[in-house]
Order: sequence, then structure tokens, then C-alpha cells
Amino acid sequence: MLKKERRRYLALKIDSTETFSSGEFMNALWNALLKLYGEYGASKTGLALIDYDAEKRFALIRVVHTAVENIRAAIASITEIAEKPVAIHVLNVSGTIKALYKKLKQ
Amino acid sequence: MKRIFADLHLRPNLRNEMQTVSMIRKAANLGYRLIAIPIPLILTEDKVRWLQDLCRESCIDFVSRIDLKPKTSRELITSLRKLRRRFEIIAVLCETKQVARQAAKDRRVDLLNFPSSHFRRRFFDKAEAELASDSLAAFEIDIKPLITLKGATRIRLMSNLRKEAMIAQKFHVPIIISSGVSDELLMRKPRELAALASLFDLKEELAIDSISKNPLALVKRNREKLNPRFIAPGIRVIRRGKDC
Repeated sequence: MLKKERRRYLALKIDSTETFSSGEFMNALWNALLKLYGEYGASKTGLALIDYDAEKRFALIRVVHTAVENIRAAIASITEIAEKPVAIHVLNVSGTIKALYKKLKQ
Repeated sequence: MKRIFADLHLRPNLRNEMQTVSMIRKAANLGYRLIAIPIPLILTEDKVRWLQDLCRESCIDFVSRIDLKPKTSRELITSLRKLRRRFEIIAVLCETKQVARQAAKDRRVDLLNFPSSHFRRRFFDKAEAELASDSLAAFEIDIKPLITLKGATRIRLMSNLRKEAMIAQKFHVPIIISSGVSDELLMRKPRELAALASLFDLKEELAIDSISKNPLALVKRNREKLNPRFIAPGIRVIRRGKDC
């Protein structure tokens, strides 16, 4: 029987003085993932962008629970977006979007 | 119990006060509670005190560290004799095999570090690990090159680190993961450093130990040794005076 896929939501903070579009952000994330784990590895992460705020430099992504550490490593390896220096940090990880926003408010 | 995270190799440009201040504050914001900054020998005592005060303001424990880069084993021994009691941590960047072996067997050396981009100069093999395990030296891995290097160089580094981490675990040499960064934008959270350690197959629990348990144990041991009351492990002066 097909097992139900457990998901994790990650809140991310982009550390930079510049602002980036969601496309540029996801491009950098996919590139980092592809460089570290290849197309096969990247396909197993189930990565999707849920929410993005360019002004606040905040992003919310969804991944499969088994890929959280891989995503963390890929995020940590990002040093630039659209050729501008950045750092991206994981603020929080949660199983539901509601719980994630609750954790962020605390 | 909440873990305390340490970065034993933060390298701000000490000539640039603004950068030093912002890097220390950022380390605190990222969740580190203990940092070690390599101190050049020419740095005045006032400046060291300024660093200590700065760390105290940010609720961070400051550890003094010196990075030695000797060319010969004799030079290493001379430096160790002069500096051991002045610094809480002594790290040796091993660029020759002779220096690497001497550093691994000398009990005054705390951290063994190897050049990240010169693969022929990474001498952390079984013989090195065996010597290091007897002398209690730890194997330090800087994460900076894993972030900054690209392509084939990074692939080769990961491959080397995988072998070295495996050897270190086999010979029970503690692994210490440090950032090794001199730029604020390259600083990462402790959990992110641990995640990057998965690139060289270090298990999550071990990776987290190497940024919390292992560096803290090293600092605790050295502080105990530098205490004037210390005589030998487990033996210390309780009271001095005529009535003793």
C-alpha cells in the first residue's frame, strides 16, 4: 500500500539588503539542491514554495519529512541569489502551516 | 536540556572593529553561546579585553585561540612551549607531514586542522588518527570551504572529508566542526552546520555533538588545566597557607 507522504514546512529568512523575486529565490534553491544531490536526489525532496514575501525577505517552503536535512544543507550552501551575496537561514520547521506561524509569533 | 552550541573558529578581521562587533552579535543571534576567535600574537591586551567585553555584552562565552602554522616540528615545539599557557585553545594548521605527526602526538595541541584546497597536504590518515587519539587532540573541520568552493574542488573536498571523518570515528578522535568564516554572510546556524556535515556522511547526532558536546568538553578541560589550582587531572589545590 502506498504510504502517506509526511510533509514539513520550513520558514526561511533571506539575509540580504537586496530584494528578490520568488522566481529568483526558487531558482537559487533548486540550483543548490541540484548541485549537491543531483536531479534524482532533488526529485525526492518534494520541494514547493508556499508563501513568499519579497519585502520582508521571508519564504515558506514545503518538503517531504525525509528530506529536511538535505534541504537544510542545500539552503546553507547558498551564497548568492541573482549574483548578489546572500545567506538564507531556517527560522523554524513544523508539520503544519498553522503551527509554523504560531511558532514564529512566539 | 537545551544544547549549548559553540563555534571554535570565527575569524573576524580584528582591524575592522565594525565587522568584529557585527559578527559577534550575529553569532549570538544565530544561537551560539561560545565562540573562539584566533588572536594574532601582535594583538594588545586591551584589544583582547575589548573582545571579551563585547562577547559578554552579547551573552557569549569568549575563548582565546591561536592558530599555529609552523614549517617544521621544531618550530611547533618552540611555539607550544611559549604559548601553551597564554591561550585556551591551540590549533595547528598542518602543512607538512612532519608537522602533522608532531602535532598529533603532542598533548599540548588541541586542534588539528588541514588545508582545504591542497588535497595532497591533508595528512589525516590512520597513523595520524592513532597518534591523535592517544594525545586527546581533536580533528577540526572548517565548513567555509564547503560553502564557498564550487564544482570539482568541492566534490574532492567532500570525498576527502568523508574518508577522514570515518577514520576519526574509528580511532575515537573527537571531530569539531567550526565555521572558519571571516565574512558575516557566510555565517550559518548550528543546525545548518550540522546539516552540511551530512555531506560527508556524518550522522546527525554526531554532527550535533561536534558543534556542542565536543568543543565544550575541550574548552572545559583546558580551562581546568589553565587554572592556577590545577595540578593534574583530578588533583587540585584546595587551600594554601601555613595551616595546611
